[in-house]
Amino acid sequence: MTDSSTVLIDARGLTKVYGKPGDKAGFTAVDGIDFQVRRGEAFGVLGANGAGKSSTMRMIACVSPATAGSLRILGYDSGADGAKIRARLGVVPQDDTIDTELTVRENLLIYGRYFGLSWKVLRERSTRLLEFTRLSEKAEDAVATLSGGMRRRLTIARALINEPEIVLLDEPTTGLDPQARHLLWERLFQLKQEGVTLLLTTHYMDEAEQLCDRLVVMDAGKIVAEGAPAELIARYTLREVLELRFAPGERQIMTDKCRGLAERMEELPDRLLLSTDNGEETLSAVHRQGVQPLTALVRRSSLEDVFLTLTGRSLLD
Amino acid sequence: MTAMPTGVPAEIPLRPGRAWTMVERNLMIYRHTWPVLLAEIFEPMLYLLAFGVGVGLLVGRVPGLDASISYPQFVAPALLATAAMNGAMNETTFNMYGKLTTDKTYESILTTPMSVRSVALGEVLWALVRGAIVATVFLVVVSIFGLADLPEALLVIPSALLIGFAFAAVGLLTVTFLRSWQDFQLIQLVMLPMFLFATTFFPLEVYPRPVQVFVEVLPLYHSIELVRAAFLGTGGGYPAVAVIYLVVLGIVALAVAVRRLEGTLRP
Repeated sequence: MTDSSTVLIDARGLTKVYGKPGDKAGFTAVDGIDFQVRRGEAFGVLGANGAGKSSTMRMIACVSPATAGSLRILGYDSGADGAKIRARLGVVPQDDTIDTELTVRENLLIYGRYFGLSWKVLRERSTRLLEFTRLSEKAEDAVATLSGGMRRRLTIARALINEPEIVLLDEPTTGLDPQARHLLWERLFQLKQEGVTLLLTTHYMDEAEQLCDRLVVMDAGKIVAEGAPAELIARYTLREVLELRFAPGERQIMTDKCRGLAERMEELPDRLLLSTDNGEETLSAVHRQGVQPLTALVRRSSLEDVFLTLTGRSLLD
Repeated sequence: MTAMPTGVPAEIPLRPGRAWTMVERNLMIYRHTWPVLLAEIFEPMLYLLAFGVGVGLLVGRVPGLDASISYPQFVAPALLATAAMNGAMNETTFNMYGKLTTDKTYESILTTPMSVRSVALGEVLWALVRGAIVATVFLVVVSIFGLADLPEALLVIPSALLIGFAFAAVGLLTVTFLRSWQDFQLIQLVMLPMFLFATTFFPLEVYPRPVQVFVEVLPLYHSIELVRAAFLGTGGGYPAVAVIYLVVLGIVALAVAVRRLEGTLRP
């Protein structure tokens, strides 16, 4: 058990179908996925809206039963031992579901009571967690007075009240300003340093690159790629991307001239993306072809390029 | 911050969540909003003043009842039973619907070891606690005004608790069928006529037989009979019927409600 490679979450053929069993009209949100999360890891689940991320998280949180497949968490079966698993999980849902009728501190106290913790333990722990999430000054205030970032931090403090071994975060920074996001990342990183296993969904690629040791990309209920962020970038993209913008009238002609200059070329409504191992060299080649872009930008390939390559660029809704 | 030390198999120091913690949550909230409870206590008293005393002056004595029983004495237990019903129903319909839909309170509670059953039982338990407070205060006030004899009338309290249980369970079942806030109009459509007809202000004898049969089926009728028997020290063997009626109604409603909630809250 002391081995850091201990698998804490083991999903095999995990499937979620909404609607009545056997009903042909049922909607398959998660379609037979396999993955393992090890102790101490920060594991990311990436995907567009509707890819099946939240359904996967809800099954891991043992609030939604799996339709098929096996899901073992902390050595227990998620179907049979949901309460035992939930006792050792911390959950940060997508929408803040803090109790608006209670104060900031009361939210932590009563939430701890749901875990059967004593008032004495909770008084001490709530003070510590409010400090950790920088909410001490707001302790006795009504929840309604909190900003979005503070509400999120309170939700995280609440998820830590039972000192969980695994913390599930469903899009933890959606809707937050940059300062609030960075504070949150810093706190999550600190948790990870302390050995807490993090499992998070996000559609911010910078967030995934910042926080995740390993991640899976989901598309239409299936896992389409798995690996460390750097590994995925190396596997699915070339080192650099050259982005070109043209004057409206010249776009088609210029685009045609660029063909063959890069290993992969992608036309977007507003710009042209050329994937390449050396952006500057490609840019010189572009100039030699007599192409005159309005702007030219060479950048490192990012997880966002991987994501868009794998899941397509069109809007999925 | 200390986290769970990595690699150490964690023992479980945590007991599964129990229904009582839902009562603790509500008590915490009522520390901020206790005037709401005050309003609930005063409502039946206002009715008693308006109908018992006001209409009582016109009525004189109640047909079919002992001449020693005044009209306010006839109405008071009915108002208490109604208050116990309304308090419980409001808690598990109106308040609970908000927590189920807009606030998503239960969603976050159910990510803890708490089960749907504990949450449901907890809300019913809280409705009982509220009912006990309202019934006790009401009883004390009416006995100060000489409408009830205290040691004998104490049976009113367990009666109010049983009514609270039955209607909290019925409310819990009702809330699983609600589609929108507009549906509360439908609940009102049932509750108000029941309040007016279930021998609250007139004894059963004043109705023609077909109406009597209809009234005798109503759960509020049995509730009022139960409290009135305790309040006036009358009733003979009848309260047994009311007790059985309310216990069965409560248990069946609760069992079905928990099943239905399980489907809604753990999709």
